[in-house]
Formats: sequence, structure tokens, C-alpha cells
Amino acid sequence: MAKEPVKVKELAAGIRAKDFSEVVLGYSEPEALQEAGRCTQCKNPACISGCPVGIDIKKFIKQVTEKDYKAAYFTIREKNDFPSICGRVCPAEYQCRKACIFTKKNELFASEKAINIHFLERFVGDHGMNNSLETPVKKDGSLSKIKVAVVGSGPAGLCCAGELARQGVKVVIFEGLHKSGGVLRYGIPPFRLPRNILDFEIDYLKKLGVEIVPNFIIGKTKTLDELFSEGYAAIFLGLGAGVPGFMGIKGENLCNVYSANEFLTRVNLMSAYKFPEFHTPVNIGKGMIVIGGGNTAMDAARAALRLQNMNKLPANTSIVYRRTEIEMPARRLEIAHAKEEGVKFQFLIQPVEFIGDENGFVKKMKCLKCELGEPDSSGRRRPVPIKGSEFEMDCDVAVIAVGLEANQVLTSVTPQLKTDKYKDVIVDPETMETSIKGVFAGGDIVGGEGTVIEAMGMAKKASRAIIEYIKRRGNVQKN
Amino acid sequence: MFAGKTRKSLQVLVFFVYNMKITRKDILTKEAGPRITRIEILSPDIARKARPGQFIALMVNEKGERIPLTIVDATQTTITLIFQEAGLSTRLLGKLNVGDSLYSLVGPLGHATEIKNYGSVILVGGGVGIAEIYPVAKALKKAGNHVTTILGARTKELLILEKKLASVSDELHITTDDGSYGKKGFVTDVLKELLTHTPKTLGTYGPTALVYAVGPIPMMKRVAMVTKDSNVKTIVSLNAIMIDATGMCGCCRVSVDGKVKFSCIDGPEFDGHLVDWTELEKRTKVYTQQEKHICNLSK
Repeated sequence: MAKEPVKVKELAAGIRAKDFSEVVLGYSEPEALQEAGRCTQCKNPACISGCPVGIDIKKFIKQVTEKDYKAAYFTIREKNDFPSICGRVCPAEYQCRKACIFTKKNELFASEKAINIHFLERFVGDHGMNNSLETPVKKDGSLSKIKVAVVGSGPAGLCCAGELARQGVKVVIFEGLHKSGGVLRYGIPPFRLPRNILDFEIDYLKKLGVEIVPNFIIGKTKTLDELFSEGYAAIFLGLGAGVPGFMGIKGENLCNVYSANEFLTRVNLMSAYKFPEFHTPVNIGKGMIVIGGGNTAMDAARAALRLQNMNKLPANTSIVYRRTEIEMPARRLEIAHAKEEGVKFQFLIQPVEFIGDENGFVKKMKCLKCELGEPDSSGRRRPVPIKGSEFEMDCDVAVIAVGLEANQVLTSVTPQLKTDKYKDVIVDPETMETSIKGVFAGGDIVGGEGTVIEAMGMAKKASRAIIEYIKRRGNVQKN
Repeated sequence: MFAGKTRKSLQVLVFFVYNMKITRKDILTKEAGPRITRIEILSPDIARKARPGQFIALMVNEKGERIPLTIVDATQTTITLIFQEAGLSTRLLGKLNVGDSLYSLVGPLGHATEIKNYGSVILVGGGVGIAEIYPVAKALKKAGNHVTTILGARTKELLILEKKLASVSDELHITTDDGSYGKKGFVTDVLKELLTHTPKTLGTYGPTALVYAVGPIPMMKRVAMVTKDSNVKTIVSLNAIMIDATGMCGCCRVSVDGKVKFSCIDGPEFDGHLVDWTELEKRTKVYTQQEKHICNLSK
């Protein structure tokens, strides 16, 4: 097993940083076969438990080696409704690949030698998509008259809808925005997740009979009670962590200080990178600074850099982070891609103030240098600002990507829906049921920000509990 | 690969036929500046829920911006919007005719106005903001208040809804900047007078308990300054730039009493005495250049 991992093909950094086309090109068939051939088919595969939705990784990789891609596709789809999405956005180095036998114990991330499970998943998912493979569906006839409402069409909502629809439940998804996909559409840029992939996976749900109602805000346009009175047997809330967090420092409301949500929503959902063909603008600066160390920060910085290139401005985008690279929560691949494309990284810096010009536009950012102290509750070493280390950076556009808070549009008008101190919805961890009977929840509105696949893990658990709930209630009615 | 596409467009079509269709359109101004238009849109779900003070967000077409507009009136099945063609998006909206449909419409958004019997209230509307005070004036009148309304416009041709406001007001004052109609001057001139010389007509209603103002930012700012001197509670409805309008982006943030608030989910109404007007004024100009650029292109 001394074989080297198969590197995935990518668009050259100099080319890709000039537009929004997909960066990672994926494996060809020979490459996928070679990579799958590296898998040792462990007797007790740890990778499966490293996957939040428990894909039978060992089995699907074996099927790839046998060139039975159809079977591999069905193996993945059994557990994951969106292989082509997850194969692109999953932080595999913290999950399945970290659990792979080729990663040594106690390593922070997966070893480079770990099987590239996500690229194989993507290869199989895209094979299924390109060949219109339809997973056999075993519908439970007794559920055919049952209607379930799903609130939000992000990863959690889509996944829950898919799981329920495959069992024969009639699912209606209510989405507040004009397009479905939630964070997959407004947050993740097309260079990481092309829109035709997202549209395909959503259309797949529609083929399963899922109905999607856009422009509809539960809590505003209709309440949960109204949904129940319209005959929905249960409701799943996949509301997301919708509200951007700010740092609470002086000058944060200056013009051109964006939340990452706003910046990315303008670019991704509203296609501001195609302004003026699309009418929503976004401001592009000569010195753009993104604050944060997560995937959102990487997405924002890479989008900012592309906008500079596309507008013939010198590429000058920096990521400013309080800690160092190793503590960054972002996927290692995104960090590497950002660096290759020319995003500058400045570590151990804490912004303390934005300074504006006479028209209220940001022009400088005042910062403190930091050093790493003792680990905090997250296990990462805490950044400690150094006294007297103030300095200023030029900055005419700032994007703040320091996390999200719960959106309270629904919870604030639904007092029976119990929330914790972060205003996240409280659920029974076994069933994902909320304090309201028949209302379940999953994704970022439960327990704060997580990954796409974690949201899907919760949604799957909820979908099982919803089926049980429906059947149990059905029985109660018969008695 | 995209076998679902036909089906998708069919679904979209069905949705369009029943919803978001313009059922009535009137031009409210004569040729004296940017046109102000009233449209009625079929949207039973929003109409049923709409309360005075709330707004919707809409898109004219798939490439358009999401723009917030106050719900001026609602029937069982329709909502009424009034807008001035100030930029590209409102101009495109103004080009739609009866029978056309919007691409996207969501609401009702934001908190509703607190409607109760305050006693005596003064409503101040400037420009297209007159449309936004109408539903509030109507509701406050119904709740038993003595309603005094001050309307301001640049010139006579741009004054809208005079009769409608008259029908829900006990007293109506009109000002125009150029003196072409009503009193020459600003709404604040009248407001100052009213607040310093309580008119006899108020009788048992007592002194003014609330001023409610909607209009251009400089107007609302001046109203708040005048009422601060008289120490009268003042509510303003802000027109910040928004995208999703559901709290997701933070584009509409405004400093109120030193705290960051989102106009879309914490507002759109705030205490006029606590709003940081200078900051808000600057923030609404953040895309002036792009706006000019795109408007020139589309000419």
C-alpha cells in the first residue's frame, strides 16, 4: 500500500481566480479507479463512523474498484441524498478522512495519505447525475396521504424532505427567499458548488414529489398553527443560523463594512459579480480585508479576489485572523486554494476599530497584534492581544466573517417553541422533536453553526422520528 | 441531465398565474419629476396578514434587486404599494402593467405599528412617504385618536393621496417647497407651530402624544429635532437598503441609541430621537455610483 494518493485536477490558480467557474475538476474514471484501489477495505472501517450520515464508504469504494458505479451510487444515496454536493463541500479532513486508517491517531486533520473519499463520492455522485440514475424508492403506501411541512430549503430542510418523500410522504418545503438551497445558494460560491449541481439535486427532490414554495416565510406569511390547521401532520424546521454576527467594535457600521452573509448573498444569490446585467451591486475595493478563519471567510476572500481581477483592479485581498493557520476552522483545501489564488493571510491580528473618511466609507482598520495563550473551550489556543501593539491597515472594503447567530423570525412569534440562551431551538437529541408536539428541527438552528453534512445528519434523524410520530399518532387515532 | 426543467417552469408558471399579479395600476403624479405610481397586487397570503407599518420585499424580474416597499393598503386578496420611480428597480416596476406578474414577493415583513388610543397624534408624510403614513393614519383614526396630518411635497404635481389622508384625518395641513400648493415651506414649519400652539380643536384629546413621520431622511431627521425640543414621542419608519429583508444579511443595520439594529427585523419603525441619522444618511448612499451607472445604461 505504498501507492501515492491521486491528486485531483484543478483549474490553474491564475485562470480560475478571474471568474466564478468551478475550481476542482474532479476525478476521471482512471483516476477514481486508481484512488479507490488504494483503499485497504479495513475489516473494521473507521471511516464510516467518521461520516455524520454513516455512508457505507467501504462498500461504495469497493463498488468503484469493480467499476459498478451504479451500485456505488445507490450505496451512497441510501444514506446521503446529495452526493454531488457533499463530495464538493464536506470537510472530509475532519470527518471520514480523519478516521481513515492512513491518518495517524491524534493528528489534527486527515493525513494527505488518507483515501480521498470526498473526491470518490463526488465522482460517483456526478456519474449518477450525468447518467440520470434514479435510486429505487420503496414508498410506504400507508403514508401516501400524510403531508409534512418543511421550513427552509437549506441542507437540513432538503435532506429531511428527501428522506420523507422517499418513504411516500407528501412534503411541501416553504422557503423565504426566491430561490431554494439556503446557504448552498446564498453562502457557498459557484466556484465551489456550481449552480447546475445544486439545481440538479433540488430537481431530484421535485421528481420524488416534493413541492417547493418560495417567497414564503413561516412566522410571517403563515404561522406553525396555521400549517397544522391546514392538515400538515408534522413540521420540520431547518431555519438555519441566519443572522450575521459582528465584532461590536467602533466603525462597524461604516459604508463598505459588510457581513460575510451580505457580501456573499449579493455575489452568490443576487449575482452581483455579473453587475450590471444583474441589478444588485457590490462594492469592490483596492484593499479588501476579510476577518475570520472559517469556510465563510475563505469563500468571501476568494470571491473578493475574483471581483478585483474581473474589474481589472490589482489583486489585493487579505484574510485577517486572530489565531494562526492551524486553528483556522476552514477546510484545509479552501485555505490552500485561497493561498494559491493570491489571497494574503495575516495571522495573530485582532481588529479593534474601523476608521472612515468624511463620506462614511471605511478607509483603515486599526488592529492589535496577538499571541497565542492557553487553549479555550474549543480546544484551540486563545488569541491574547498584545498591549501597545496597535497598528493600522489600509482597508476600503471589509467583510466580517466571524460567525452567525440564530434567526428569530419564527421563534419570536412562537413562544411555545423553547429556545436556549443562544436562541437556538431546543430539541430532544434522540428525536430532534422541539417543545411543540409534532414540530422537529435540525441544522444550524439546533446547536449553532455546523457543516452541511452535520445538518443532514440531524435532518435524517428527525425524518425517522417524524415517520415514527406519524405512525404512532395514526395508531392512537385508530384506537 | 435537466429532465426536471420543463416541470419546473410549469410549476413556476402555475404559481405566477395565481399570485403576484398586478390587478390595478394608477399614476398618481403629473409630469413634474420622478413618477409616483400605485399598484395593487394579488397576494392573498400576504394580504390576510398585513398590518399597518409592515412591508414586503419584491423582485421585478430574475435579474432584479430585492427592494422593500411599505404595504399601503390591503383587501382580502390584494395589497397596495406606492412607489416613486427613483432608480432602475422602481422604474422597471413602474413599467409593469395590469396583468403582469412580479418575479418575487414576500411578506408581510417587519413589526407592525403599535396602534392604540394615544389621544392626539400628528402624522407627518413627505414625498412618497405620504403613502406610508396613510395606513397608520387610518388605523390610528379608527382607534379613536385625534389625527392631525401634515403632508409635504416639493411641488403641487408631486403631492399624492391628499383626499385619502383627508378622509382619515381630523386636521390636514399641506406644505410645498415652492409654495405652488398649501403653505410654502417645510412640514417641520407646521409641526413646530402645532407643537407650540396646541390648537383648540383638540379639546379632550390633550396634548400631542405621538408624532409619526415617514419621508426622506433629512425630513425625518428634522422632525425628530423639532419633537425632541417639545419632548414628544416620535416614531419614524426607515427605508434602509435591504437584500433578504429577513435579518440574514445585516445590510439595513442602523444605530439606535448606540446599539446596532436591523431595520428589517427590529424595525422598520424606531424612536426618531434615538436614530443615528448621520450614519443612516451615509449608509443609504453606499451604491450611488452603481445606481447612476446602471440607470445610464438602461436609458
